[in-house]
Amino acid sequence: MDVSFSYLNACLAVLLAWGAIGLAGMIRPRSLGIAARTLFPLGALCGIALAVLAVLSIATPAERAVLPLGLPDLPFHVRRDPLASVFLALLGAASAGISIFSTGYFRKGEGALPGLLCLEYHVFLASMGLVLLADDAYAFMVAWETMALSSYFLVTTQHRIPEIRSAGFLYLLIAHVGAISILLSFGVMQGGSWQFTFDAMRAAHLSPGWATVAFGLAMFGFGAKAGLVPLHVWLPEAHPAAPSPVSALMSGVMLKTAVYGVLRVSFDLLGTPQWWWGLVALGLGLLSAFYGVIFAAVQTDMKRLLAWSSIENVGVIFTGVGLTIVFHGSGMGALAALALIATLYHCLNHAFMKSVLFLGTGSVLHATGERNLGRLGGLIHRMPWVAWLTLIGVLAIAGLPPLNGFVSEWLLLQAFLFAGDVPRTFVNMLLPVGAAVVALCTALAGYVMVKFFGVIFLGQPREAALAGAHDAGLVERLGLLWLALGCVGLGLFPVQVIETLDVVARDLLKLPAGRWGGDWWLLAPAAARHAAYGPLALFGVTLIVVALAGLGVRAVYRRRVRRGPAWDCGFVRLDARMQDTAEGFGQPIRHVFEPFFQMVRELPTPFDFAPRYRVTVGDRLWTLLYLPLGATVRWTADRVARLQQGRIATYLLYSFVTLIALLALVL
Amino acid sequence: MSTLGAITQLLEIVCALLAAPAFLGWVNQCRAWLQNKRAPSVLQPYYGLRKLFHKDVVLAENASSLFRLAPYIVFGTMVAAAAIIPSMGTGLPLSMAADGIALVGLLATARVFLSLAAMDVGTAFGTLGARREMMVGFLAEPALLMVLFVAAMISKTTSLPLIAEGLTTRALGLYPSLAFTAVAFTMVLLAENARIPVDNPATHLELTMIHEAMLLEYSGRHLAMMEWAAALKLFNYACIGFALFIPWGTSTEASGPQGLLLAVPVLFAKLAVAGGGLALIETLSAKLRVFRAPEFLATAFLLAVLGLLVHLLLGD
Repeated sequence: MDVSFSYLNACLAVLLAWGAIGLAGMIRPRSLGIAARTLFPLGALCGIALAVLAVLSIATPAERAVLPLGLPDLPFHVRRDPLASVFLALLGAASAGISIFSTGYFRKGEGALPGLLCLEYHVFLASMGLVLLADDAYAFMVAWETMALSSYFLVTTQHRIPEIRSAGFLYLLIAHVGAISILLSFGVMQGGSWQFTFDAMRAAHLSPGWATVAFGLAMFGFGAKAGLVPLHVWLPEAHPAAPSPVSALMSGVMLKTAVYGVLRVSFDLLGTPQWWWGLVALGLGLLSAFYGVIFAAVQTDMKRLLAWSSIENVGVIFTGVGLTIVFHGSGMGALAALALIATLYHCLNHAFMKSVLFLGTGSVLHATGERNLGRLGGLIHRMPWVAWLTLIGVLAIAGLPPLNGFVSEWLLLQAFLFAGDVPRTFVNMLLPVGAAVVALCTALAGYVMVKFFGVIFLGQPREAALAGAHDAGLVERLGLLWLALGCVGLGLFPVQVIETLDVVARDLLKLPAGRWGGDWWLLAPAAARHAAYGPLALFGVTLIVVALAGLGVRAVYRRRVRRGPAWDCGFVRLDARMQDTAEGFGQPIRHVFEPFFQMVRELPTPFDFAPRYRVTVGDRLWTLLYLPLGATVRWTADRVARLQQGRIATYLLYSFVTLIALLALVL
Repeated sequence: MSTLGAITQLLEIVCALLAAPAFLGWVNQCRAWLQNKRAPSVLQPYYGLRKLFHKDVVLAENASSLFRLAPYIVFGTMVAAAAIIPSMGTGLPLSMAADGIALVGLLATARVFLSLAAMDVGTAFGTLGARREMMVGFLAEPALLMVLFVAAMISKTTSLPLIAEGLTTRALGLYPSLAFTAVAFTMVLLAENARIPVDNPATHLELTMIHEAMLLEYSGRHLAMMEWAAALKLFNYACIGFALFIPWGTSTEASGPQGLLLAVPVLFAKLAVAGGGLALIETLSAKLRVFRAPEFLATAFLLAVLGLLVHLLLGD
């Protein structure tokens, strides 16, 4: 391995630095000062460095290296290409904000030792980086498993609470079922060469049947990590269990490694995907998007709500992946590039906006000790910084212009709209229905986010204890600000981002270099005549109108502004319990989409002196799929357990029989 | 950017600002006539605005700055929306920067801010109104998007002026897909603008109202801005309808200043007819229970999707 400068070496150096920072935490594991004041800020600096390196390297050709790590005959191969660079940039930029925030967040040690937390956190970051750089199945799986294990330990930081332990177990279980599937997928892709480098897989020409098997296994494995329905069940359990920066990292960044995996397998390792695989990804994506958003709307725990919202966003991303495969497989290069850019853009957007939201809930959790929406409210007065910065994330994830969520939604809808010429009629008929589902999910995301922000930050405090809530500290604000500025920047300057992503898309889809229409401020996928979006102009005009209206009214208006009790139609004994609750706000969704929910209602009778109303909403898939599956596994395990007698003679007999059988087979 | 384009742009904004309350007044007047009542003047909304601008603002004690900012944001987004809808001319410089999807996004921004402001004081009615507004919105928004999609697929562009131009220059004929979407659009318009059968702008019966419930805590200039924004919203929706379904008479780059001069009276004629039609629908229908509103809107959404499929099947 040569040590001259290359972007690949520099990126590897950053990952190494992360590892070193993690180990440094173990020198004095009980010292909070070292971990919080020195190591996490250093980690954030490494993140920024990685983001800068990755952005600079996007347009450069692929680089590769062989690391002196691994088994004697099986060294780690690494490779950086434009696709890896995009995801490395995402990892670096998002983790920088989260690390800055963590500096202030892990004040009390959160259950585990601060130094240990620091180790797990930075190993998690480094392993995600290695997943993106790995160029053989061995390195990939090692990194993938390290990522799963380190994040498992982070999720179970407060391991003394039984719910958190069981949430962690569920996460670990599904992560490993997924990992096995990915491993099998690599096994299929080596195509008889028994070489597990990605180069060998690129060179192997699989028959369409085997390629489909490999794709299916990869979709299952990566889908489990991404949280595609029906493999989503771990997300709403693990995210509330983990400390907020970890939730942000898992939701914002780790889920994207699964997207990276699917893109890498379908477009790079398998070469040319078959077009109908796209329909599978599209269908699963749309299902996840819809399922995620309606469940998000009925949650009463703020972090669980965000976890379901992540399922929705992953669904939108996979919708984009599916669309890309359909277009690519139908020979429509430009549209495939558009859909892929929309997908990558949404990955970036989600990393920023979901991190803002999770960190915002972290600050709320610290200030109030409360995750239940039913006990929050009115925090905009107590925590103005957190509230306004979270509002940016809320507006972004609701897909409102001029922020970033709208840009990727716009691109995705354009890809759907211009799809008219797919050479298969029934696909042509299906795609607009897909667009309708995406539109519905975006509108529902707005509903969810109004509920999220309104119930936590607006209205009256629902508990007296909330009066003592304090705003986030300076470094926490800085972390939030970094991520919120990311949302604004990605929203206002889409052309610059897309020109970069275009390089990646063309490289991955093996298309000739092309040019987008439009201008530096005007985003236009085809000719500007057909569709264009200029967020700067739109935002500028709106801002000018708002300012003019404000100034104009102020100049003309001669009356006073005074404060008084709320009007509420003349009702005088207003108290906080009369506000809509989180359950109440979700009621229309429960009503409209009733068949999807498993509801248990506890209703008071007219004669109750202390009436109680409770409704719990469960996931039907849990009882329909997971409980029977669990029962089957247990039943099988019981049968298998009969083999174990606990007597040495029996085991010797087993060995004897096995030997005889093997001998019979060989002779 | 041509001079004519800039003039058209300014004229549209000014016209929307000034004419929107009159349009609301006209709808109210027609409705009163149809119901055999003595009608208020067309100018009544202006009197209302003037009155509000001459009153003190009473802010609830726990109202945050979001509450005070929201009226201007809602107003601003509605004006920006008015600027990108080709109501008079299609040579709008600003509509380059925002197409139909961005228009739907802008309207959604206004809705989100309105709902958040309604939740800010923390009264029972405010939060109830916000919840119902979002309930109406989550079905109305995709329905509107689907309506725009049909028009966009017919003219192969999402830019509203180009859609309007494309539909003007086509041979006059009945497009089944547009017929479906026109029905869907009318339903969305009724729901989004708090008209019967989804909401009743004339009552203050707390348990059934949506839009008014959200504005209960507003007073003085803030209420005036909100009322004005609501009038602008109705005006905007009417103009979207004109651009998609009856775009004839709008001026184009080619038709020059004369075209623009002609476009103004044409727009007012369309508004007069549309206002009458709206009043007629409102008079003939009864208000639905709030729980039935999602069904109403789901019908609109499905009709719009059906329009899309019809377009794809027939290829018109």
